[in-house]
Amino acid sequence: MATDMTSPILDTLSASDASILSSEAFPSTPSLNVKAALDRLASRQMVEYETIEKEIAVLTPEGDEIATNGSHEAKVFQAVLAALDGLKIGELPGIVGKDNAKIGQGNAFKKGWIKKDKDLLRATTETIVDETRELLLTVKNTQSLEDQKALTDLKRRKLVALQKVITFKISKGPKFAREFVKEETDLTAEMLTNGSWKTAQLKPYNFKAKGAPTPSGAFHPLNKVRQEFRNIFFEMGFEEMPTNRFVETGFWNFDALFVPQQHPARDLQDTFYIADPAVADRPREDPENDPHRPKSIQPASAATVAKPLDYKQYWDDVRQVHESGKYGSIGYRYPWDADESLRLVLRTHTTSVSTYMLHKLAANPRPARYFSIDRVFRNEAVDATHLAEFHQIEGVIADFGLTLGGLIGFMEVFFAKMGIHQLRFKPAYNPYTEPSMEIFGYHAGLGKWVEIGNSGMFRPEMLEPMGLPKNMRVYGWGLSLERPTMIKYGVSNIRELLGHKVDLNFVETNPAVRLEKD
Amino acid sequence: MPTISVDKAALFQALGRDYTTEEFDELCFEFGIELDEDTSNSDRPIVNGKQEPPQLKIEIPANRYDLLCFEGIALMLNIFLGRQPIPNYKLVEPANGELQTIIVKEDTMKIRPLVSGAILRNIKFDQARYESFIALQDKLHQNLARQRTLVSIGTHDLDTIQGPFTYEALPPKDIKFAPLNQTKEMDGEEMMAFYEKDKHLGKYLHIIRDSPVYPVIYDSKRTVCSLPPIINGDHSKISVNTKNVFIEITALDKTKLEIVNRIMVSMFSQYTSEPFTIEPIKIVSEHNNETRIVPDISPRTTQAEVSYINECCGLELSPAEICTFLKKMAYDAKPSATSPDLIDVFVPPTRADVLHQADIMEDVAIAYGFNSLPRSFPSKSGTIAQPLPINKLTDIVRIEAAMAGWSEVLPLILCSHDENFGWLNRKDDGNTAVKLANPKTQEFQVVRTSLLPGLLKTIRENKHHTVPMKIFEVSDVAFKDLSLERKSRNERHFAAAWYGKTSGFEVVHGLLDRVMAMLKSAFITGEEGLENPAMNDSQYWIEELDEPTYFPGHSASVHVRIAGKDHVIGAFGILHPTVLENYELKYPVSTLELNIEAFL
Repeated sequence: MATDMTSPILDTLSASDASILSSEAFPSTPSLNVKAALDRLASRQMVEYETIEKEIAVLTPEGDEIATNGSHEAKVFQAVLAALDGLKIGELPGIVGKDNAKIGQGNAFKKGWIKKDKDLLRATTETIVDETRELLLTVKNTQSLEDQKALTDLKRRKLVALQKVITFKISKGPKFAREFVKEETDLTAEMLTNGSWKTAQLKPYNFKAKGAPTPSGAFHPLNKVRQEFRNIFFEMGFEEMPTNRFVETGFWNFDALFVPQQHPARDLQDTFYIADPAVADRPREDPENDPHRPKSIQPASAATVAKPLDYKQYWDDVRQVHESGKYGSIGYRYPWDADESLRLVLRTHTTSVSTYMLHKLAANPRPARYFSIDRVFRNEAVDATHLAEFHQIEGVIADFGLTLGGLIGFMEVFFAKMGIHQLRFKPAYNPYTEPSMEIFGYHAGLGKWVEIGNSGMFRPEMLEPMGLPKNMRVYGWGLSLERPTMIKYGVSNIRELLGHKVDLNFVETNPAVRLEKD
Repeated sequence: MPTISVDKAALFQALGRDYTTEEFDELCFEFGIELDEDTSNSDRPIVNGKQEPPQLKIEIPANRYDLLCFEGIALMLNIFLGRQPIPNYKLVEPANGELQTIIVKEDTMKIRPLVSGAILRNIKFDQARYESFIALQDKLHQNLARQRTLVSIGTHDLDTIQGPFTYEALPPKDIKFAPLNQTKEMDGEEMMAFYEKDKHLGKYLHIIRDSPVYPVIYDSKRTVCSLPPIINGDHSKISVNTKNVFIEITALDKTKLEIVNRIMVSMFSQYTSEPFTIEPIKIVSEHNNETRIVPDISPRTTQAEVSYINECCGLELSPAEICTFLKKMAYDAKPSATSPDLIDVFVPPTRADVLHQADIMEDVAIAYGFNSLPRSFPSKSGTIAQPLPINKLTDIVRIEAAMAGWSEVLPLILCSHDENFGWLNRKDDGNTAVKLANPKTQEFQVVRTSLLPGLLKTIRENKHHTVPMKIFEVSDVAFKDLSLERKSRNERHFAAAWYGKTSGFEVVHGLLDRVMAMLKSAFITGEEGLENPAMNDSQYWIEELDEPTYFPGHSASVHVRIAGKDHVIGAFGILHPTVLENYELKYPVSTLELNIEAFL
């Protein structure tokens, strides 16, 4: 634990009229300790300080030795001088040490202090000036040397090193006081009770750091986007459909939507078929006690008597519209296979549930708006943009006298609510909608038109077998939940968004979703 | 959707002008096809030492078989742009009045009962036309013909063979011929073996391989023309120099058979010496009442209601205006003499996609321009928004779990059989899980019956995360239920998992208590009896559970009593170390899983 320097600093400063230098006042205290204290004092304006950085010359251990006892050559000279009759060369290391002998002998020759007389060394003078020692003593006393050439030479000889030192020039601040009141780390209940808050000094808050991390739960980002879409549907008067039904029949998933039995979407390559259980029943009324039977709340004024639904008739009419045509359609004209219709599949779209709901609506045809956002399944090879599962967003509007321009107008409002304001519509093909329109939105960030959904008016071949009146028209549109999310948030791999490989840190740090602003 | 590659320069020449990529993209967009790519600025392959000229890759709607080749795209765009009238296709019998004939033997009923065909007389191919002719057959085989299963096309140089032709079904051993581009003669069985490994043809062999008889078309000299749907004979093969083309088409599906015939002849009859003429042939097939002259290229006559078209489009077009728009879409149409609200529409033989007046109405809208239609907002009816009750309940549980500091995850619904059963030390009684018939990987064998596999896999993939990890999910599982129409049902579950250096058993227990409290369910214990006897609220209690999924003595079943009725809604506990090992987890895990539907 470093010494607390606050008191010494305050004491010294109070005894001084002018500013003080830390290097003078506290020469042996590490500057880090001084700075810590100064920062605490300065943060409450008790002192002010400036930092002075300078370079000083200090002696290395070898340099210090020379400054104290003389240079190698001086030692050699003294030894030679002391031996009145000359000194045997071989004895020199024994007297001055090996190192001194080695370096000092040569230097003493160079300086002409000694000479060689056969195997003896003899002094040539009585007195010498040991310049190296003189220079080093100057450095030791002044921590500098004016003669830059000599300084460089000493550095090269590793007798002197340069060192950066930090000195603080300290003066009294506006709130200078002798006493440094002990800091409280926090305002406590106890301080409120005993009144010490009145005199307490709170440790200054660090406004440059983040607060304590708050433990928090999180919703999954995809579900946050889903909630935004749900809200948009609710704002526009839509009722949520019972999509809690992953397993469908070929009938509800395809045939009732006028998707022919040879359509490529029904290939094993595209649709998951169910091995167990294997065969469905023909369409029939849901059990009475099914808690998921849709129970739309309707104003009493809209209540009319519902006519019972004839499921047998529905089945037969679907068969006929495929096989030989009906309702003004020539049909697909192929032998329709009841077994194919009773195969069980994992629903490939939630439109199977829209179909179920529209059929229910035929019991009491009235304007209706339905939506769902739920999981669908495709037997696709998994890659960066495809998973075998994804979420489909689907909307349905049933009303009398709907127009294609109304669908376009509706889409403009719907997508404006998620921040997309420029739309255009491309003719497209879909077996159960006619007209079919692909919806493109202008993406300013990408600078191009991006396909954002599919829409259309459901075909009469789908609606009329249900028993819906001919003048009731139905819009349907759909988009995936993942695609707009990936575009909006720059996620390039769908596996980073859905499934067990999603990074939990991504879930926990993903910001709130505001589609209209993001 | 099929993508067709056409030569850019040739198409623009056919359209009478050059387009920038943007202009052409716009034209496609309005017409309802999609320019996928213009290869002008891409690295194009070098074929026979010459770089391929720039191509336009165009996506075609799956029901527009008339746009599957260069000829169709150029024709329909030219009609759309008003540069070309609708072709008047004509059947022209040969000068001697003797139609070529295919006599159908009854044995073909056993394998591929239907045949049709036509002759294109005095056709003038060049390399591009010839390649397009071949490519169109390929596209039709892939799409409408469902990989040749439903329909297959054979084309022959009529000058190398001689009618009348017979369509027969014979034992493979009895059919001997040299297949296309082969010199060696082989019988049906040898042919199967020969093409077994063929990259292109191998995938079609299964269509007839196991049949005792194979379909075959002979000419009058017993030359094999083709062995549909696999391959033609080499003898009658066509080339760029062929003058007279005999087209034979065999099928299982009569409607698609005639669609294919009409598309083939309507696309390529423009290259005959008198454009758009086709020589019909006679099919003699008494046994199934299919004796007839083919192809039928007369337009289909139908009617459309002016009021219906205008109502759907939100327009007020006169019958004459509607007819003008329909002409852009290759229909012939005129106001009906019988009613001012009707239009007589003649659907060209190319437009097999037109089934109902809805299709005609759509074409009026396309010709008018989708993006030019008057826009409105459908606001005359008020409807009442409402959430699905189970989803509202789900949100309550989700919000409580997240507020309690748990993070929501979204694993997949499909999983492997092991993940759902064996790895959790659970046994499959065969009456529980919905099993898939055709998954591409083992990852997707069953629909989960528990949320635990997804949670545990999520933890496994997130080991870099700090511990403890606290995750939850509220979503559906599915069960077999033979009492229902769809033989299965979903069930909404809530599950949570703790992963940390200690078991977290009490933590998941605490989460259960919190969620139960928020669902107005009061805790009771056996010893105390009914602590809170208010019968309109629900109660819950837990009982020690002995299940191999959990560590012995450290799991409990969760029971609720709602309106006097008792339900076991789930369980929680410390997972058994063998379960952790199966999921490659090195710290203890406690889980909670509840069926929340009792609270609906």
